[in-house]
Amino acid sequence: MQQEAAIRKPLILGEKTYGQITEDVMAPVVGKANKSWWIVFGISAVMALWGIGCILYLLGTGVGTWGLNKTVGWAWDITNFVWWVGIGHAGTLISAVLLLFRQKWRMAINRSAEAMTIFAVMMAAVWPGIHMGRIWLAYFVFPLPNQFGSLWVNFNSPLLWDVFAISTYFSVSLVFWYIGLIPDFATIRDKVTQTVPKKIYSLLAFGWTGNAKAWNRFEEISLVLAGLATPLVFSVHSIVSMDFATSVIPGWHTTIFPPYFVSGAVFSGFAMVQTLLIIMRKVMNLESYITIKHIEYMNIVIIVTGSIVGVAYLTELFISWYSGVEYEAYAFINRATGPYAWSYWIMMSCNVISPQMFWFKKLRTSIMFTFFMSIIVNIGMWFERFVIIVTSLHRDYLPSSWTMFHPTFVDIGCFIGTIGIFFVLFLLFSRFFPVLPLNELKTILKSSGEQYKKVEQEH
Amino acid sequence: MNFTFTKNARITFAVLMLIGVIAGVYGFMTDDTAHHNRFWANLLINGFFYFAISLGALFFLALQYATEASYMVVLKRVMEGISQYIYVGGAVLILVFLAGTLHWHHIYHWMDPEVYDPTSEHYDKIIAGKAAYLNQPFFWIRTIVYLGVWMFFARLFRKRSLLEDQQGGTKIHFKNMGMAAIFLVFFAVTSSTASWDWIMSIDTHWFSTLFGWYVFSGMWVSFMIVLVLLTIWLKGKGHLPQVNQSHIHDAGKWMFAISFLWTYLWFSQFMLIWYSNIPEEVTYYITRIEEFKWLFFGVFFTNFLFPMVILMSRDAKRQIGYLITVGVIIFIGHWLDVYLMIVPGSVGHLHFGFMEIGMFLGFLGLFLYTVFNAFSKAPLVVENHPFLEESEHLHI
Repeated sequence: MQQEAAIRKPLILGEKTYGQITEDVMAPVVGKANKSWWIVFGISAVMALWGIGCILYLLGTGVGTWGLNKTVGWAWDITNFVWWVGIGHAGTLISAVLLLFRQKWRMAINRSAEAMTIFAVMMAAVWPGIHMGRIWLAYFVFPLPNQFGSLWVNFNSPLLWDVFAISTYFSVSLVFWYIGLIPDFATIRDKVTQTVPKKIYSLLAFGWTGNAKAWNRFEEISLVLAGLATPLVFSVHSIVSMDFATSVIPGWHTTIFPPYFVSGAVFSGFAMVQTLLIIMRKVMNLESYITIKHIEYMNIVIIVTGSIVGVAYLTELFISWYSGVEYEAYAFINRATGPYAWSYWIMMSCNVISPQMFWFKKLRTSIMFTFFMSIIVNIGMWFERFVIIVTSLHRDYLPSSWTMFHPTFVDIGCFIGTIGIFFVLFLLFSRFFPVLPLNELKTILKSSGEQYKKVEQEH
Repeated sequence: MNFTFTKNARITFAVLMLIGVIAGVYGFMTDDTAHHNRFWANLLINGFFYFAISLGALFFLALQYATEASYMVVLKRVMEGISQYIYVGGAVLILVFLAGTLHWHHIYHWMDPEVYDPTSEHYDKIIAGKAAYLNQPFFWIRTIVYLGVWMFFARLFRKRSLLEDQQGGTKIHFKNMGMAAIFLVFFAVTSSTASWDWIMSIDTHWFSTLFGWYVFSGMWVSFMIVLVLLTIWLKGKGHLPQVNQSHIHDAGKWMFAISFLWTYLWFSQFMLIWYSNIPEEVTYYITRIEEFKWLFFGVFFTNFLFPMVILMSRDAKRQIGYLITVGVIIFIGHWLDVYLMIVPGSVGHLHFGFMEIGMFLGFLGLFLYTVFNAFSKAPLVVENHPFLEESEHLHI
């Protein structure tokens, strides 16, 4: 067993035994949903239905029902796409990168963060899909040999690279998540008594036996997938950033974009994890596993990535002046002082200034404040993409075509719809899936459990 | 067991330094470039490269403190020793900048007052537009602030580490965490601005927002290489008894991972500029491709492919033969990367001969002499650290 220093804080609070961990994680699966779950589920379902209605209307009528115009050809659609992809970064970072760094605290949060990642990437994929207008021709994005002549996708386009990057990321994340779930499904299979759930969970568990060889393979594949997923965490948002950075639009073409987008993605992803987990730990009585220390660690990730994003904002601003390129300088002056200055300052205050509050230990260990901040960061990161996309486009090289963007109810409805679908999926996940990796958690009980650490210290 | 800086080692490093001095003097005499730019560029390359390694050590040390990482605690003194070169390295940089201020060389075009003078034939409108940032007083204030603060932290961490050996307890540890966080915030900004000031401003017209992070990744990986190589050497001499294969494996992982980070940033900067093909940006790479083609792409592929292919497997990272081979190759590779940042803008053509090799070796001698001297001043493994036991038990 590995030695753990006495000064490290326990990661599992209370006097838990192996059996109790199983019971605590299985409680929502075997129990009945409470009233608050049904209320939240109902609201999310209504939002989802409204969104699906708007999407159907959009597909039936055309992309013209969005507020796009000849100058601002991209607005909320791509903003929402990038926002969702960004949120989808935390899960794989937690499960892959933190696994490589041997961070034990990841075990309390990785399962739900990965689920969130998968649902967020699905919501992201909605946007380019419905933006095509004729969604039934969506398979044209794949480089398929075809009977329509020598018609190929444009391999030079970063939008096509996105197709590859995101579909790879999605599949690896899904496999990673599912493999982690298998032993836990098997535990549930062995514990539930009703016939139908038992059948379903035994199907989901893929015949897991839990013998030594199976665990050995489980650990090996986890490490291999972590190794594969780590470069993917970087590549996905780097390629998303290249949608903008390969162009010659002032404010878009800047070399810092790839790493800065990745950092921003992790930032927003962790904020969404906080939003979801702070509610979940309360509603599902998981406070012993998702402790204040876990929340503090995530807040530290938020302050680090938020500050990296801050450095990038200031670097861009400075270099736009230093470059001596008039258009570049104007793009940034326009962002900070033009008609969209309000959105720029929302972005700055939500993403750079407010996370600095987490320097105070009192605030970063406060649950209420963390929840509030996680919402602020989510808002800020949406505005970041809005600022990048709309403020760079709405005043282009030709002043006679300068204009503003006004969202229609379809823009708003589609966006709200994806939030609704996302929450519906996450709520279903939290009811029927083991939300903590219960088998993995048991491996750290004796080294990081509170009562064991106490015993260790007494000796 | 304490480390003794043996006579043999001293003589070896002194010989290296002597080669460096001869190469420098010979180079200066035979240098036919304007203002002896080639000689001064070499001084800047070596001044910056080795300085950056010690700065990388300081950064990594702070990162270990701030993240409460335990696995490298048994290597902490090695990192500290490397960070102690920062004073000598800083002095070399000051010498190069001072020579620029005195117009002994023209590596920094913007240091010439005529480019700001509209009546002069050397007037440069673009550089004049940057005068608010690129002017000598402000440049010197910035340089002194960077060096001063970095050296302050190098001293502070070293002093407190030695104190911890005596006192034990957790008080120093928790205080170090706080100081490390402050250092990292300062470093996050100044590592970028310093690389703009000292290196990007050589190609004065050119700009790239990613440049600072790219230079940072280079300094980080160069430090990781030095850490791996020195650890293996010390271990081979019977020092560092607590260091086991797992520690070397972990250090090897860093060398592998940061090579990827460097590649990622190199590629991001290059690809975006190449793809957009905007005249004011792409000129930087046109010079490099036209004048330094093989070196330019060779360095990229060497620094990327060698660690990727050879160090991918777990076994390779646990065998010192592989680590040394890859380490030595990419150590030179990253020196050449610094060469490619500096020479095209200051000398303009590929000059590679005795001066380059000799001065590289000379500074290697100076660097190792300083670092070994620091090793001999304190026990090679810390004696009291809250994570020491955890680190000794590392097993992966």
